[in-house]
Amino acid sequence: MSETTETTTTTTVPSAPAGARPVRRIAVARLRDLALIPAIVVIAIVGQLVNPVFLQTDNLVNVLQTMSEMAVLVLAETLVLIVKKMDLSLESTVGLAPGIAAWLTVPAGAGHGLGLLPGAWAVPVTLAVGLVVGAVNALFIIRFGLNGFIVTLGMLIVLRGLLTGISSGQTFFNLPGSMLYLGTTEWLGVPASVWICLLLFAAGIVVLGFTSFGRSLYAIGGNIDAAKAAGIRTDRVLWTVMVTAGLLAALSGLMLSGRLASVASAQGNGDIFTVFAAAVIGGISLNGGKGSMFGAFTGILLLFLIQNVLTLGGVPAQWIGALNGAIILVALVISRITGGKAQD
Amino acid sequence: MGSTTPPVAEATAVTKRFGSTVALRDAHLTVLAGETHALVGRNGAGKSTLVSILTGLQAPDEGTVTFGGEPAPRVADRDAWRRRVACVYQKSTIIPELTVAENLFLNRHAHARGGLISWRTVRRQARELLETWSVDVDVSTPAAELSVEQRQFVEIARALSFGARFIVLDEPTAQLDGAAINRLFDRIRELQQQGVTFLFISHHLQEIYDLCDTVTVFRDARHILTSRVDDLPRTELVAAMTGDADRGAAPGGRPRPARTDGTAEVLSVAGLSATGGYQDVSFAVSAGEIVGLAGAASSGRTELAETVVGLRAADAGEVRIGGRRPRPGSVPAALAAGVGFVPQDRHHQGYVPEMSIADNGTLTVPERLGPRGLIDGRRRDALAHTMIDNLAIKTPGPGQHVSGLSGGNQQKVVMARALANDPGLLVLINPTAGVDVRSKEFLLGKVEETADRGTAVLVASDELDDLRLCDRVLVFFQGRIVGEMQRGWHDHALVAAMEGMDLRV
Repeated sequence: MSETTETTTTTTVPSAPAGARPVRRIAVARLRDLALIPAIVVIAIVGQLVNPVFLQTDNLVNVLQTMSEMAVLVLAETLVLIVKKMDLSLESTVGLAPGIAAWLTVPAGAGHGLGLLPGAWAVPVTLAVGLVVGAVNALFIIRFGLNGFIVTLGMLIVLRGLLTGISSGQTFFNLPGSMLYLGTTEWLGVPASVWICLLLFAAGIVVLGFTSFGRSLYAIGGNIDAAKAAGIRTDRVLWTVMVTAGLLAALSGLMLSGRLASVASAQGNGDIFTVFAAAVIGGISLNGGKGSMFGAFTGILLLFLIQNVLTLGGVPAQWIGALNGAIILVALVISRITGGKAQD
Repeated sequence: MGSTTPPVAEATAVTKRFGSTVALRDAHLTVLAGETHALVGRNGAGKSTLVSILTGLQAPDEGTVTFGGEPAPRVADRDAWRRRVACVYQKSTIIPELTVAENLFLNRHAHARGGLISWRTVRRQARELLETWSVDVDVSTPAAELSVEQRQFVEIARALSFGARFIVLDEPTAQLDGAAINRLFDRIRELQQQGVTFLFISHHLQEIYDLCDTVTVFRDARHILTSRVDDLPRTELVAAMTGDADRGAAPGGRPRPARTDGTAEVLSVAGLSATGGYQDVSFAVSAGEIVGLAGAASSGRTELAETVVGLRAADAGEVRIGGRRPRPGSVPAALAAGVGFVPQDRHHQGYVPEMSIADNGTLTVPERLGPRGLIDGRRRDALAHTMIDNLAIKTPGPGQHVSGLSGGNQQKVVMARALANDPGLLVLINPTAGVDVRSKEFLLGKVEETADRGTAVLVASDELDDLRLCDRVLVFFQGRIVGEMQRGWHDHALVAAMEGMDLRV
């Protein structure tokens, strides 16, 4: 009935001699993953010219630590985007999850907490909030078939409002020690949050590339009917992805609260735009089924390296906002040029 | 025939209803091991319902399905179904972003020690699988880069790898060119010798005589006949598909006034070609004349009609409307040249469901609603009232959303829009698809009325009822005009021509 999308390519079966083609294919596939590496190298050279501090270990570790919380969010959003869904509410979970933990554990009087639970409960509570938020999102989107964009937009507003409500718009401090741990400890001389971020990405690369579960995300994002026909329990996978994303957002919030030793009522506010930008720059398709975890990592890394170079170059703080937006646009153009393919 | 082995697949006394419509009524089908069995029937005959029951996508309301003598598995047990039967649909069930190897072993990847996927093993297994069935495709290719033909071979190999030796091919040749069809048939014959049984669905009857051993005909949700292909003359096959009652001369409507010579040519198409659509098509339509474009779904008739109205552009040739040559591929240009049209699928291109009848009906004529793009609500509603009266649309008023109307009334709104600019050329694509009988008669009557007022009409359809009112019918087959029939054709002759067969042979 409708015209087909495939009518034009009716080349004959006999293909080029075997052996020559696979090599080239693998190379092309890898290249797409590495598309941002040239851009990162260029930024490194420019950074070094701007300020010799740039390539010193301390500065690079500092960049990694600054981006670690955001990077975990990018990881979460990447999972969600690959299955062709969306989760805007992650940025509110970043604030609400540690916010509720602080509310319940911070002693009354000291920082307008309730002091209902001992400090050791803070981390489990944070993660539990992330789980619940993810499950609610999944319930609306998967069980009831509502549009993911609007559902998570609503959740974004609701969760932000809840945090403002319980904190009366103020900042929780005097956090229990367990909440500070991830943001302050160093393992082998490198901040724990950097380790966690890198380990999570390594795990993400392995899961997406080398497990049936990971491959089922691409199958669902690419053609959900075909995935069902292949025997994949699509609803179960989608639930897992949405809940994992909520959990990762809570972890990201925990890391951020630990580093800042407080939970502001605006924690995470507006981050989702940078997260989407990093994912798309890193080659994740908003139409699902395309992109890699490594690509997403290079996306967020590139954004933060550029910001670092600007700071080192002495750009006044009040201009950073405008420049951030411009950077995202420029980075998109760069990734379009180096990636060679139109974004969709 | 007297083999002792049980049939590969057998459906007995199967009935399936969807709401009040009966899609299959007491139907049966027996496919014997090693044969290539053709299943034919016109649209709505129940073929696709039968296939979905045979492949376990739907459970029959009554009746049984058996494979090799054993009862079919439960519908939920996908794995068990996949070991017995597979269907290669026209619509791809392959995931374009993944490689061929991964598509073949999706959700059953080989795992190395440590539980991670071993891509080397997956690729090796995929290579071995494709070699076993002599499919020459590089397993590292992204599936999106496969040609239709390669994609079909890969899907067949995948089906075989699950253990299925009974494969349903749903119109596999529809998107292939002649050489590719020959290669596909060679492959099917090879596999047949290796013990694979095929159920072959096609609209091209000639292919059935070229390839198949046995043919089963369905019509109006019933089994009509099953016969050896060799024992069934073509005329009888066509008769079985169209029904016994040879209606003879097309009765459609009253006799049309004879055209006087020298009436103006409203539409002329010269040497029009588009890759994947149609080749070197030329014809003309005069004022007051109704011309039909008949042909199967992928014959190019729809593409040609869409080219005339500017929904797509041709690669070569020209379209003249009323002596002018509107810019190719531009709907506004075609509308300005005096075209009104009813698109193929009203849900897809015909109307905006959440807009009112008045808004939908006047979409193409904003200039009549008020000066400089402003819309005068009263003028719009007055226009809409005329449309509602003219086409007898059943509605509480012009403010009613189109989504709340019945299928027939929705189509009337689309027709009203086509007529809104008093077109010199009216182009209709499947104008009565999914429309009840009363609305259908009404719409076709409206078409004749419009033609009588001097409008040239082009009807692209495979519905005989739509074509019956045409002064002449041009028959499309594989992108070319293969015949022209004057008013008064026999159903059998037209159907045979549309299915690529010449009864005079």
